[in-house]
Amino acid sequence: MKEIILIKDGEIVLKGLNRRQFEDVLKKNIRIALQGLGSFAITSAQSTIAVKPLGDDIDLDEACARIGRVFGIVSFSRAALCEEKSMESVLATAPVYLEKQLRAAKTFKVEAKRSDKKFPLKSPEICRELGGVILSKYRHLTVDVHHPDVTVYVEIRDHGAYVHADPIRGAGGIPVGTGGKAVVLISGGIDSPVAAYMMAKRGVKLTAVHFASPPYTAMRAEEKVVRLLQKVSRYAMPMTMYTVPFTKIQEKLRDDCPEELFTIIMRRLMMEIAQRIARDHDCAALITGESLGQVASQTIGALNCTDDAADMVVFRPLIGMDKQEIINIAYQIDTYETSIEPYEDCCTVFTPRHPRTKPILKFVKAAQEKAGFEPLIEEALQNLKITQIYPED
Amino acid sequence: MGAKGLEHYLDNSATTAVSKAAADKAYAVMTTTFGNPSSLHSKGMEAEHELTAARKSVASCLHVSQEEITFTSGGTEANNLALFGAAYASKRVRSKIIISAVEHSSVLEAGKQLENEGFTVARILPRSDGVIHPEDVAAETDAATALVSVMLVNNETGAVMPVGEIFSAVKAKNSQTLCHTDAVQAFGKLEIKARALGADLLSVSGHKVHAPKGVGALYVRRGVRLVPRQYGGEQEKRLRPGTENLPAIAALGVACGEFDIAGNRVTAERLNRYARERLSAIDGVTVNSPDNALPYVLNISAGRVRSETMLHFLEERDIFVSSGSACAKGKPSHVLSALGLSRERADSALRLSFCKTNTEADIDALCEGIRQGLRVLAHR
Repeated sequence: MKEIILIKDGEIVLKGLNRRQFEDVLKKNIRIALQGLGSFAITSAQSTIAVKPLGDDIDLDEACARIGRVFGIVSFSRAALCEEKSMESVLATAPVYLEKQLRAAKTFKVEAKRSDKKFPLKSPEICRELGGVILSKYRHLTVDVHHPDVTVYVEIRDHGAYVHADPIRGAGGIPVGTGGKAVVLISGGIDSPVAAYMMAKRGVKLTAVHFASPPYTAMRAEEKVVRLLQKVSRYAMPMTMYTVPFTKIQEKLRDDCPEELFTIIMRRLMMEIAQRIARDHDCAALITGESLGQVASQTIGALNCTDDAADMVVFRPLIGMDKQEIINIAYQIDTYETSIEPYEDCCTVFTPRHPRTKPILKFVKAAQEKAGFEPLIEEALQNLKITQIYPED
Repeated sequence: MGAKGLEHYLDNSATTAVSKAAADKAYAVMTTTFGNPSSLHSKGMEAEHELTAARKSVASCLHVSQEEITFTSGGTEANNLALFGAAYASKRVRSKIIISAVEHSSVLEAGKQLENEGFTVARILPRSDGVIHPEDVAAETDAATALVSVMLVNNETGAVMPVGEIFSAVKAKNSQTLCHTDAVQAFGKLEIKARALGADLLSVSGHKVHAPKGVGALYVRRGVRLVPRQYGGEQEKRLRPGTENLPAIAALGVACGEFDIAGNRVTAERLNRYARERLSAIDGVTVNSPDNALPYVLNISAGRVRSETMLHFLEERDIFVSSGSACAKGKPSHVLSALGLSRERADSALRLSFCKTNTEADIDALCEGIRQGLRVLAHR
């Protein structure tokens, strides 16, 4: 039996005149997500995108799992394509294709949608006929139109007739690439991958920036960030990661700045560098994983100081979330286990014993200016390491 | 390490390079005498001969008979088999286990699990000299004690434990108590006479002695009954069923044949002395290893630079050491804490471990690396 995946696009139906453009991006993203699984025909008609495998040995379970991670999809269904667009063919296909679901259920109903008005039977007639056939074949079933265990959907479309069970929930959001471009500062902890995921969900195309301070941080810490981004890119699409050599800057920080301001000035320098990378790559926003009050550098006072270092908008999608809520999302997107591997990252190097929780901006700025980081920032930007990130489990 | 020219591998307690003869043996067994020792035909017999030869070789290193050697997948499995096997064999009459507090994790974690399963577990701390004292172990030993497990050489400091005296003190209190020693770090470095030590059970591992990873052995004194941890065929007298990892086992046999305990000891002592001398000339470097430590291991603390930072700094210069404390996220080593080291010293601990192919040039490179590291990395 030939199968097909029918995708209902989400919020993009709301987007009026841009709709066509949104749908094109979504189709492109679906194609990228399915890369390596074989060839597919991806077409759209009547506010549905149809993904049709071209070949018999394509792993549709995996295809569905991947489509379930593409933003911009409200729901999708794995459906059987009836051999011909006729009632006989629907009656022959539905009871066989959905046998497992029907055997496990006690009650069912049929719902028909006839968008091809040339089809000889009207929707209620389709329901009646198919319902009758299913009842005669599975004698344990009864019809319940309000709360059925399983709903059998019949869709009569221009390009064919399809049968499927209840649709699968999609990842929601809007297609990556339709919401502009932004740089995400990624450390290797629990929070920043979640922040990246959340902004990608709002359609933002990501570029990642990671700060490495060998030998204070391990090569394995950087590898860990790559693995985290590979997980995130299953949702956020392939991206580029820039690793900033941060050692000299941190050493200067240690040598020439007051200890209680180490962290706050470091965060400001990170914002500064990330922002310059963003400008060079056409990105108009920064994304961080900060959550209010989580650590000393994430108080309102500290965030004011950090924010001051950036001219562009800074997204902090986790700002009002509890740690446990963040962890729940990290579990859901499968980054948690990787995040908790214990390698030193640059945020834990030279941690002050008593960080300032209420830093005063003008003193922070003065201390930063006095030390004079500009030449080192320039040098770091000259020596960025570029890594291409592709989705991986 | 000569092999790669510029590499200075000083982490031989973590693992060693496989010797040429051992690697050749493994290759030959994989491609030529590759039979299953349990097969009835001549290929099987040929393979069985390899197995027997290896067993004899390991046995002769421990001065025991070959029937007393059980091959395992490594030191961890040997230790687990010893602890669980002995605990469950005498469960109905004796339910107490005594281990030292500075054992390898494969003994400590096995102890924790036995505790969860209802056994009583006592943990003996070393005294300030880094050594477990016989009277401390004997004091804990009672009629209910099923097993005592004390390592022969500590993996972090190289401290040699007076295992022979400990075991005789234990047996004097309760002759029924079984005595196990984890000899992984001593194997090939000390002359081990299992019987003279009074050990009923003794674990060794292949990859610390220039054999491949994935092979080890447990000496089980004749007459000692253990409950197996896994069930299957007739291999290893049903104590450790499963088709034997013959390439690695045969290679271990060859590696054992290459032991030159006295000769290597001279090299290690020379290197250790040289290292202590050179390192003591560097401001801020202190030695953590106790005086009686085996010369193959030298645990030091370097100034106020965190172990991991110094390790990566040295690595950039092709010098490979271990962070003595293996402190994951600020938790200092249980061994160094037990020695009573300050937090600062435990946090900056490094473990150097030598083998016969190390030279003074490796130490020179190390000292130069540490000197630079202290200059560049230390907090003001």
